Amino acid sequence: MPHDVEKHSHSLLPSDPELKVKALETALIKRGLIDPAALDEIIDTYQNKIGPKNGAKIIAKALLDKEFKKALISDPMQILEKHGFLGRQGEHIKVVENTPEVHNIVVCTLCSCYPWPLLGIPPTWYKSDEYRSRVVREPRKCLSDFGVTLPKDTKVRVWDSTAEIRYLVLPILPDKYKDFDKEQLSEIISRDAMIGTALIGEAS
Amino acid sequence: MSRVHDMGGRFGDGAIQPASTKDKTFKETWHARALAVTLATGSLRQWNLDMSRHARECLPPKDYCEFSYYNKWISALANLLVARGVISSAEFSDPIQKMHPLSSRKLLAVEVAKVLSKGAPTSRSVEDPPKFLVGQNVKTRRAQNKFVSGGHTRLPKYAERSKGKIEICHGAHVFPDAHAHDLGEQPEHLYTVSFLASELWESPENPNDTLCVDIWESYMEPVNDP
Repeated sequence: MPHDVEKHSHSLLPSDPELKVKALETALIKRGLIDPAALDEIIDTYQNKIGPKNGAKIIAKALLDKEFKKALISDPMQILEKHGFLGRQGEHIKVVENTPEVHNIVVCTLCSCYPWPLLGIPPTWYKSDEYRSRVVREPRKCLSDFGVTLPKDTKVRVWDSTAEIRYLVLPILPDKYKDFDKEQLSEIISRDAMIGTALIGEAS
Repeated sequence: MSRVHDMGGRFGDGAIQPASTKDKTFKETWHARALAVTLATGSLRQWNLDMSRHARECLPPKDYCEFSYYNKWISALANLLVARGVISSAEFSDPIQKMHPLSSRKLLAVEVAKVLSKGAPTSRSVEDPPKFLVGQNVKTRRAQNKFVSGGHTRLPKYAERSKGKIEICHGAHVFPDAHAHDLGEQPEHLYTVSFLASELWESPENPNDTLCVDIWESYMEPVNDP
């Protein structure tokens, strides 16, 4: 494809994005290029079947089981395949572990790459210009937008997902939750904690 | 040279608005439709992931800044459908009821689960061994596509011409700079490279913070300083 793609073919589409999708959908259905039932199925998948609960299940297990954690960090794909957590935008996963020394945060500055099979569709803030532009330069200020303050000596490591490797943060388990079982833990591991913009058991 | 989507490090953006627990996966019904139409048309196999990313990047900068996320998606999709000769732009305002030769590739509801869980891995086998080893010092080149002026590339501008260290070797992956422009996959070794914040920013929050960026082999050269 030449880089100078015809820039204004969408000028024949309505400018209201809702009507724009509708017009596109209609044109494609009439040519037999998309199946409305398949669209419903895709939406149902990401609305109801795939979401942060997948990631939380894996992370909860890793926080309770050292051997499992080791395996998840060294060879995540095998484990994720066993759980059925592979798929589109999660073809190559890497788990990065938070420690008292290093706090990890994931972003995609160039678009909005995100580990879909583990966390579902990214939240609006993850796709926002504010997050994409700022988190690489001023991660602590960004964390403060989420109400998170790191210990003074903790270094920040920001992972910019510029290729097809998708990153998942393994957060620190605070002492007060040490007696939680896997189910209880997976309830308090938030999506944001697995992106690196929250800590376990704290808001968001 | 700057590109509107390559915004890492940019100044001027305001506070991030974290999600509320009441937020739905799709804020508007049309967001869900936009996502679904985009994924479903991928099955026609008239473009690849890198081409669709590039199509979003090619929106006029003014539109890129103003459009919401899913509006970028569908506007780029409309451009791709026309640029790849799938349908004409006239059909957007005046749809034609006529079976398309590609309709046999149409994604069916029964195939959705399989297609989504299969994904499209980008790792490839190549004969050449990796040029860089973990721990090696490297320097990135300019963040510009070498095949096509102004073309697609995945080296962010904030990390261009900067010194970093190889952290992880990922094996070879499809090279987006070629793949986005009908030049084949041209797989290359891919690495995670760490950069010290002090190497990238004039006033970092903490000079010892690091940025980890996934970088293809030809985006870098070795550095021999101690």
